[in-house]
Amino acid sequence: MSLLRVEGLTVALPPGGDRPHAVEQIDLTVDRGEIVCVVGESGSGKSITANAVMGLLPKTLPRKAGRIWLGDTELTAQSPEQLRALRGSRMAMIFQEPMTALNPLMRVGDQIAEALAVHGEKRRARDRVPELLAAVNLPDPAALAKAHPFRLSGGQRQRVMIAMALALEPALLIADEPTTALDVTTQMQILRLVREIQSRKGMGVMFITHDFGVVAEIADRVAVMQRGRIVEQGPASAVLNNPRHDYTRALIAAVPHGAPAHTRAPVTTETVLEAKGLAKTYSRGGWFGARAVVKAVHDADFTLRRGETLGLVGESGSGKSTLARCVVDLVRPEAGHMLFHGQDLRPLSRADRKPFRKRIQMVFQDPYASLNPRRRVGDIIAEGPITHGEPRAQALDRARDLLRLVKLDPGAMDRFPHEFSGGQRQRIGIARALAMEPELLIADEPVSALDVSVQAQVLALLAEIRARLGLTMLFITHDLRVAAQVCDRIAVMQRGAIVEIGPTAEVFGNPQHSYTRALLDSIPGRGWTPPVF
Amino acid sequence: MDPSKLPGFLAKRLVKAAIVVLAIVVCNFFLIHAAPGDPASVIAGQSGAADERFLQQLRTQFGLDQPLYVQLWIYVKGVLTLDLGFSHRQQMPVATLILDRLPATLLLTGAAFAFAITLGITLGTLAAQRVGSWADSVITVLALTFYATPLFWVGLMLVLFFSVWLEWLPSFGMMSVGANLTGIAAVLDVAKHLLLPALTLGLFYMAVYARLTRATMLEVADQDFVKTARAKGVPEGQVVRRHVLRNALLPVITFAGIQAGQLVGGSILVETVFAWPGIGRLAFEALLARDYPVLMGVFFATSVMVVLFNLLTDLLYAVVDPRVEVA
Repeated sequence: MSLLRVEGLTVALPPGGDRPHAVEQIDLTVDRGEIVCVVGESGSGKSITANAVMGLLPKTLPRKAGRIWLGDTELTAQSPEQLRALRGSRMAMIFQEPMTALNPLMRVGDQIAEALAVHGEKRRARDRVPELLAAVNLPDPAALAKAHPFRLSGGQRQRVMIAMALALEPALLIADEPTTALDVTTQMQILRLVREIQSRKGMGVMFITHDFGVVAEIADRVAVMQRGRIVEQGPASAVLNNPRHDYTRALIAAVPHGAPAHTRAPVTTETVLEAKGLAKTYSRGGWFGARAVVKAVHDADFTLRRGETLGLVGESGSGKSTLARCVVDLVRPEAGHMLFHGQDLRPLSRADRKPFRKRIQMVFQDPYASLNPRRRVGDIIAEGPITHGEPRAQALDRARDLLRLVKLDPGAMDRFPHEFSGGQRQRIGIARALAMEPELLIADEPVSALDVSVQAQVLALLAEIRARLGLTMLFITHDLRVAAQVCDRIAVMQRGAIVEIGPTAEVFGNPQHSYTRALLDSIPGRGWTPPVF
Repeated sequence: MDPSKLPGFLAKRLVKAAIVVLAIVVCNFFLIHAAPGDPASVIAGQSGAADERFLQQLRTQFGLDQPLYVQLWIYVKGVLTLDLGFSHRQQMPVATLILDRLPATLLLTGAAFAFAITLGITLGTLAAQRVGSWADSVITVLALTFYATPLFWVGLMLVLFFSVWLEWLPSFGMMSVGANLTGIAAVLDVAKHLLLPALTLGLFYMAVYARLTRATMLEVADQDFVKTARAKGVPEGQVVRRHVLRNALLPVITFAGIQAGQLVGGSILVETVFAWPGIGRLAFEALLARDYPVLMGVFFATSVMVVLFNLLTDLLYAVVDPRVEVA
């Protein structure tokens, strides 16, 4: 008998949603000692399914039909109090955002001890907490138990979450995108940890993810969800290498395959931008307190030639965004030269800098935060040209053309950003940058907040625009597959310095620096080559 | 918070506080002297014999004929030695006057503050727990009513209801005149007198805290760590107390810290309505009488209070929120 059986689960959406049911007729099983990956894009109902199992559905999402068994206990027949007693003891859950999933005011040891205490194991807590922290490979468990969450890195917090989930050795672990918010190297460590603990304890794991690389890395079986339904289910190797359903095929086809695109604008030898000896240091305190200094960027020399795309890869905190912000003058570096067509931009005053701003534009990471929610799309796009002296009517005309260029309906002009999906907003962000007719485009993680199929569309759009307009691009990403597909050359950043720079094929094929090798080894599912349809 | 950092933190903050208070003292001085009319003319006017020589004599006596910067220097020198000057109207040192009245004000504002905080947080929590229900609506309407009603009017209505109609509570003063009560009876007597003014002063702030607590509780209840707590099987009551409420109180503490200082100033109105013998009324009387030294003394005392409450809030914050460093 399966450990977890979900039969015909249907959960209603509140009236007025885009569909009547959040999930519909879900049939799913998880066996002991098995990792089942539930894959799908945002809004496909993966998390709803997980929350239904845990009995954590909000009141606005009632279960309409279906039954759920954990072993021989029917979860859907339990009282709320009985369900509460099962949560944390027989089934446990870890979440996506390690930064917010722990109570900021409680010591991590106390939070783990609480999980034991509420199930009547208070006396064991003192011995168990350090044991559990050690079991998830955290250093110095005794000291760490006394720390508050803000002292821990994202990866460490996720380990604490796992330790907490394992406190009472549950039979079922539900992991809801547990590595999505983590850096690649940390992601790999957490995936290995989940794998190792699962095989040691023989737990069943329901692993929710949107990343087929992660699926290839960890899954025994896969269930693919689309708009609230499971469209395909089967052993991992079958689904990954021989998908039957069209949607699965589309998703797998959208996975960045790491091979360079074919159409390349010719790269010339003309240098557009040259960064030499740039340095930016952030410091906190002063006056009365002690100063804390972080060298965000140092030793990060690079050149950009006309028409090429340079990828800037590295983990969070490596200084890639700071470097990009130095180039667009959102951050003032305190030393070095930034030569744009031979002219050093750094010492220029605000007024002298203005003509150059037009020529260097930026696309931001978060399509939800980077557009002013109170302005119409047309005004957002036209604002830049108008401040640079273009007549309003002409600027709005061009905004309409740009919307067509990024494959949006010109009718979008009079609508507000919240009426668009993430992918559409990112297109608007691109149109806004292009409105200034820049020669250099800085793209700071332009696709990392997007679903994989939308990500593929936006990447294709960028490639097309780049070829058509002959743009030079500085492309920042933490996703090495994306970098390999988009960039001509790659610069690897670590702790504020570029440790390796070279043509994409060379950096990926024959990495020189140990950190580059570590990054490449951490790409999830690197042993899996997505099939081509 | 790291306890070993505490003495250094306190020392630094006290130095800063002293600078702030001194700056306030100087500002107050100029502000008051910028107002038209001076104490000499008021006294002369009231005594009825106001000829130019008498006025001149009073001004010389009060030091008002000196240039402004000399007056300022004399005053600041006095403040630095804790000599707040002499009230010629009341024929008493200002420091003595203020110290006489301060306990009454502290008692009133302290009681009002405690009442506002306790009831505000309780009602806010209840409303957040039952969001959308009739209990939530009742609490919200009550809070908005007290928020929108002027203090003095609430005070007058309370007097009308409890003192005039029901005759339960005294309507003015701090203790029964001529009763010469001692021990428990005296305490009870003061408490009876305290009830109405404290209620009047506290109701507005209670409304503010209730609204704030409700809003932050609802915000925190949506956060991931609350879901984590539920996922590990923590019972609902404990989820609310340990996880939601504790985090929701942080903004309430910030707000309350700012208002604790304001409460002292806000008591002027209530002290006047209820004839409560505190520094609020002292300030009011001094203002009408152009009694500069007393007025400046009261300002000094209240600014010291505000600065101290702020320091206290910061300390409390560092205790409650481990992310805040005392540095």
